[in-house]
Amino acid sequence: MKKGRFGIYGGQYIPETLMKAVQELEEAYLHFQNDADFQHELADLLKNYASRPSLLYYAEKMTRDLNGAKVYLKREDLNHTGSHKINNVLGQVLLAKRMGKTRVIAETGAGQHGVATATAAALMDLECEIFMGKEDTERQALNVFRMELLGAKVHPVTSGTMVLKDAVNETMREWTSRMDDTLYVLGSVMGPHPYPTMVRDFQKIIGKEIREQLQEKEGKLPDAVVACVGGGSNAMGAFYEFISEPSVQLIGCEAAGLGSDNPKNAATITNGTVGVFHGMKSYFCQDTYGQISPVYSISAGLDYPGIGPEHAQLADNGRAQYVPVTDSEAVCAFEYLSRKEGIIPALESAHAVAYALKLAPAMRKDQILVVNLSGRGDKDVAAVARYKGVELYE
Amino acid sequence: MSKVTDAFKKRKAFIPFVTGGDPDISTTEKLIPAMAAAGADLIEIGIPFSDPVAEGIVIQEADERALKNGCTTDKLFDMVKRIREKTDIPLIFMTYYNPVFTYGTQKFMDRCVECGINGLIIPDLPFEEKEELADICQQNDVDLISMIAPTSEERISMIAREAQGFLYCVSSLGVTGVRSQIATDIGRLIKKVKEVTDIPCAIGFGISTPEQAGSMAILSDGAIVGSAIVKLVAKYGSDCIDPVVNFTRDMRRGIEEAA
Repeated sequence: MKKGRFGIYGGQYIPETLMKAVQELEEAYLHFQNDADFQHELADLLKNYASRPSLLYYAEKMTRDLNGAKVYLKREDLNHTGSHKINNVLGQVLLAKRMGKTRVIAETGAGQHGVATATAAALMDLECEIFMGKEDTERQALNVFRMELLGAKVHPVTSGTMVLKDAVNETMREWTSRMDDTLYVLGSVMGPHPYPTMVRDFQKIIGKEIREQLQEKEGKLPDAVVACVGGGSNAMGAFYEFISEPSVQLIGCEAAGLGSDNPKNAATITNGTVGVFHGMKSYFCQDTYGQISPVYSISAGLDYPGIGPEHAQLADNGRAQYVPVTDSEAVCAFEYLSRKEGIIPALESAHAVAYALKLAPAMRKDQILVVNLSGRGDKDVAAVARYKGVELYE
Repeated sequence: MSKVTDAFKKRKAFIPFVTGGDPDISTTEKLIPAMAAAGADLIEIGIPFSDPVAEGIVIQEADERALKNGCTTDKLFDMVKRIREKTDIPLIFMTYYNPVFTYGTQKFMDRCVECGINGLIIPDLPFEEKEELADICQQNDVDLISMIAPTSEERISMIAREAQGFLYCVSSLGVTGVRSQIATDIGRLIKKVKEVTDIPCAIGFGISTPEQAGSMAILSDGAIVGSAIVKLVAKYGSDCIDPVVNFTRDMRRGIEEAA
């Protein structure tokens, strides 16, 4: 099989100018993957800076209420910076440093990856510039200010549809013009090889911890793992450990926006077709001429027209299922978890919670359902207020 | 010999680029024969893409205009077919891989042959990925044009050895667009190409004046100009034919005077 492929998916569909940069990154990644010193430093950062391992929390009230499977929440929201994004970013920024880079650039949707990148760059003394769709800078204004506080420069992207995909376009363009001293810290299991593999490797700690923690608490494997999917990094991180365990059902929750039959959605596996974009072959929301569709979700982090290539393979071979979850279902779940467990989830993660609300009651009481709570919801409070027609004054 | 390679035979080539369907199909349809008559040797027609990652703002906006005004791959194929009744200048489609892949590579190639497209430039299909299109292109005598960039270095001979039609030499880092200066030692890159193949080399990215076109043509076998022309189309809309024709003549003169 060709390098960087997951079945037919993946690859390196990028301009010639960038080939040197991704090959240099691949070489560095392969080297440091087996470098004890690098791995030791990363493990130390994850433990003492990001506060891993994250808790595996037994949601007792939720379990009682749903009257089905025992529900556990993997608390990635408790990581430093408030989401799973820090796992990957610490890996990549440390790698940038070891490669001798002095500057990192990144795209961001909801702002979580941008905040995590700005954080790691501050910690490791690297210059940092973040590209964020103008529309997202408006709906996630707080995160823009957080990034600036951390010393990053934030560029609002005004091209195209002014959301996450356009931020990726602009970051790729920036990297094409300056790569000697700069690493593109990509935020998900997408883009050209080696990103889908490398980001998955930095995120697979989530699933590894779930296995260990559940072994300790219950002495067995989960029966289902549920995670939200935009590009798919938290889901890939949670799933990877269990791909070789056929008894574990893996379910990715896509953003269906106003409904998967309404054009305003971002449900890539549900509605997309195979294409080539952002450096990879995968599923994309697009028209019959291969023009990428403008997509929509209330959650800026899932507002992306593609999905990582490894997910495309898992969808094709049936190892994982991908289900659409609408804005309104996600907002209901956002409120449900806030009131039921006193945990405000990110709107992205609320998509996974929403599906768990349907799935748990359909499972047996001796079964275990793990929801990957990929991020915390503080950043989304204003968006949910807007959705509900509540005006907030700060 | 390929029709694309032929374009470099009698003189240093001037290769203009326009985004197809910008601002509308009928303007592009008039522009192409007019540029051919004014001194172009080979013309690149961009099939607009929603997310042109290798383009600067000028061509991004042209793609947006064209798509907004209803341009599609099929309409451009039909246009090329009509243009072929007026000119036999070699024509190349430049687009991203997704519009080709999603259209269906076989179907796309059949239409290239039917309508008279002589080559393809796909900036997001580097050497490592080109095989999924290269064979089918070869079977249909459509040249799949390869690119080299200032970062290519040790990749140059590998790319050059398999190059078809001509080799597109990217003058600078970054995306397409007008540049006041071209700093790369492009002559050195072209020397490396010529060590392994005698395929023509044309330089593109950042060329906007007759003087730049002239100096690039001295270093190579031709100059490619995109954004500077697309800017004229943006400025004059459907009245752009005369300004673009004058520009084409100026560039031709710049190349002749340098040569």
